[in-house]
Amino acid sequence: MSKLPVESVEIIERFGPTLAYAQGARVDTGVEPDKIVKTHCCFCGQQCGIQLKVLDNEVIGFEPWYEFPFNQGKLCPKGVKRYLQGAHPDRLLTALERNPSAEAGFSPIAYSDAIRRVASEIERIQSTYGRDAFAILSGASLTTEKTYLMGKFAHMCLRTSNIDYNGRLCMVSAAAANKKAFGIDRAASPWSDIIGAEVVWVSGSNVAECSPITSDYIWQAREHGAKIVVVDPRITPIARTANVYLPVKPGRDVILFNGILNLMIERDWLDHDFIENYTVGFEALAESVQEWTPARTAQATGIAERAIRQAAELWGTAKTSFLVHARGLEHHSHGVQNVLGAINIVLASGRIGRPNCGYGTITGQGNGQGGREHGQKADQLPGGRDLGNPQHRAEIAAVWGMSPDDLPMPGVDAYEIFRKIDRGEIKGLLSISFNPLVSLPDNSFIRAQLEKLEFYTAIDFFLNETAYHADIVLPGSLHEEDEGTVTQVEGRVIKINKAIECPGDARQDWIIIQDIAAALKREKGFTFHNPEAIFDELRRASAGGIADYSGITYEKLETQMGVFWPCPSEDHPGTPRLFERESWNPVAKGSGPFYFPDGKARFNIAAYTPPAEEPDEAYPLYLTTGRVVSHYLSGTQTRRIGPLVDQYPEPRLEMHPNLAEKLGVQTGDMVTAESRRGNITLPVSVVRTIRPDTVFVPYHWAGRKSINQLTISAQDPISKIPEYKVCAVRVYKAQNGEQPPAPPVR
Amino acid sequence: MPKPERYEFFIDISRCIGCQACVQACSECDTHKGVSMIQLDYVDRSVSTQTVPVVCMHCDSPTCAEVCPADAIKRTGDGVVQTARKPRCIACNNCVLACPFGVPKMHNEMNLMMKCDMCYDRTSVGLKPMCASVCPSQALFYGTREEIERLRPSSHPINTFQFGQQMITTKVNMMVPNEPHVRLIDIAMSMEQAPVPQLLSDDPLMANLYEEQ
Repeated sequence: MSKLPVESVEIIERFGPTLAYAQGARVDTGVEPDKIVKTHCCFCGQQCGIQLKVLDNEVIGFEPWYEFPFNQGKLCPKGVKRYLQGAHPDRLLTALERNPSAEAGFSPIAYSDAIRRVASEIERIQSTYGRDAFAILSGASLTTEKTYLMGKFAHMCLRTSNIDYNGRLCMVSAAAANKKAFGIDRAASPWSDIIGAEVVWVSGSNVAECSPITSDYIWQAREHGAKIVVVDPRITPIARTANVYLPVKPGRDVILFNGILNLMIERDWLDHDFIENYTVGFEALAESVQEWTPARTAQATGIAERAIRQAAELWGTAKTSFLVHARGLEHHSHGVQNVLGAINIVLASGRIGRPNCGYGTITGQGNGQGGREHGQKADQLPGGRDLGNPQHRAEIAAVWGMSPDDLPMPGVDAYEIFRKIDRGEIKGLLSISFNPLVSLPDNSFIRAQLEKLEFYTAIDFFLNETAYHADIVLPGSLHEEDEGTVTQVEGRVIKINKAIECPGDARQDWIIIQDIAAALKREKGFTFHNPEAIFDELRRASAGGIADYSGITYEKLETQMGVFWPCPSEDHPGTPRLFERESWNPVAKGSGPFYFPDGKARFNIAAYTPPAEEPDEAYPLYLTTGRVVSHYLSGTQTRRIGPLVDQYPEPRLEMHPNLAEKLGVQTGDMVTAESRRGNITLPVSVVRTIRPDTVFVPYHWAGRKSINQLTISAQDPISKIPEYKVCAVRVYKAQNGEQPPAPPVR
Repeated sequence: MPKPERYEFFIDISRCIGCQACVQACSECDTHKGVSMIQLDYVDRSVSTQTVPVVCMHCDSPTCAEVCPADAIKRTGDGVVQTARKPRCIACNNCVLACPFGVPKMHNEMNLMMKCDMCYDRTSVGLKPMCASVCPSQALFYGTREEIERLRPSSHPINTFQFGQQMITTKVNMMVPNEPHVRLIDIAMSMEQAPVPQLLSDDPLMANLYEEQ
């Protein structure tokens, strides 16, 4: 029974979100900390270096870490205020058991009893319905050690096919396209290559709010004369001073790239030597883009032809360039095709694998890169190996000391796990670092599925909204309460250091997982004494794989301030820039720089298919969603940090004044937005920085403030990423006298 | 450690992304924990995402100190204008009204004017101020003149501002584009210019939208 034990308002009253502000030692001046710990921010894939000030087992503030090369002391507001997530009144200090007659629906329970209950329910569900009837949802904010352990726990201990992770909502379209084109999934170039580029192309990435530190890299390039091209339905802060701004209609990015490539071919802005010697498939691709003439591209993308030609000329004639993209390309039912389109214009230019040139997706989650490499993804084994590949199965089974035949076959993606619950194929669920009730699209479907589960257990440090449905809640660890590694946006593996001990009964997540394995009497392979021991096994498991970490040690991470994988031996310095012309890799074995047997990159025909739902008479507008700078993902952490909530307290709907005039609304009015799946009523912000046919709402909030009530669960057929960036809605002035709350200033 | 006076503060508004990291970090400064002294505003959010961070410009002849009847506002030997001295400040608001940049703020609960002191606890010992340390876009930059010349060849610093009859020079520099050449910023004159595009043809969104033929 995973229905809410009591009304959600009662749960919120007891478990938050409560807003934490600095008090006590955190505001006293002249307080000397016991120690200062060098670590990284827990929010977003930039993974800025930060020093945490610790007094009496509490993080009381921060000091910039100027020496860390990526951010050199810089932080966004989330990093500045992250210390307020510790010693928080909402912190889970004990295990909890669902109890409808208890205050707020949950009773504290002894940790050991909670573990026994979880193990016995796993045992019962798997023996009654089969091993695959118990599923795991994991997260990309966890350290790589934990993500490795989650994959191993699913595949070796529970032997269930059904594990997936919330990177499914984040980077998978880029990952799939990068594997198709390059044979490897990692940013091709370090960010330092942005600085010397002549052209920086930013597609579908609100850099200023979602990866703020990258702003300085782009501005540094601009100082030295770089031209900036930004493609986005909104004039984001980074687009404000772009040399060319292309206001693309949601869901048309691949058309734009095909149109740009067509112009590059027509004007012969191509690197023929590179195409000839280092790629395959150009001729077929060239033929496929002929249909995207400038006029047709303009009409289909909603961008003026003149602006498209300007962008093509800047890109086509540059000697060096760097292209970045993010979820704006990837969150589509043709997200992989969008990314392939971007990669095609990079490959046709030959500007990759050399200084001042590059390409990369900007990972969104804290460990977006490391979290997608080592086996918590439905079809994956450590080292970027495939669960469906017999040789890969044998290699990992040998490291784990088991028969490859006992490894399950590949499972399904995170959304499909909920469809399997709907079909009665999955009866039990364990989640960690994932809040699907807020973060998955069409979330009334998700709520209905949670209610169908026979048993659900959540590991978290706060009671997130999905965990309201849990039978057992296990108190896990905050980022600053454990050590381990993560891999940041550039592919640099870095060290997270422990600043404080877990409070109360809470403990490190890897201990919780091992305790469950022990209670199941399947502790073989789950007796690690510390994260470094997990990392050492991960190094062995990744050896010879594409994501090869075997030469990385904790000591090396500290002394070098990070190591770029691949790093195949302890005397190897790491690989900041991929695809250098004479480079060696284990797939090409010297025949070329790309990760295919012939060493050549692949051009892929990038086909356009319309979004799953297009505007029509009943729902005439595009809805697109994204982040704001002061919140992170589903808001479990940032909606509890007072100064970050004050900065952006609740969702607002952005619309163009032309649309506002038609609807008779102005800034501050309440409007209702409605799709075929749900509706939301929220204040409107009328701005000239968004296409008149599109409205935007950020997604960090829960319940009636969640825009994912409206979004569509259509997915990319290859990557299975949901189409968060486009669905059809109608918007009207709110009825029933709904009044705006205290006016938010922005 | 290099001598602190080699370092200068530079503001480049064209870089500002409005993220408020400076505002949030200012309240972490050890001399005024919990209170932020930075103002970050949209010029006109309905038209543009342009934001402007306002820190104290630390004038060579600070108007705030000149108009203070209680002689509460002091300037250090190295040119940093301080928050009003608590025992002297009479909370009269003269400084608040007189500052041409609109920096001092009256904290009525304390009967005290407080303002940016360029993180004097940090800068006086060679550390960067909090805001310029964290600023992700480096719209707020703290470093040497050599660094700014090397890192930002397409702009240059100026520190002279004309407010009607009053000419002000400041310790803090404002970065301006190399072309057209600008020697000072004339505030009265720039008030006649629109800070954000007003005409449809200047609107970067509408101008770049596809129009049905």
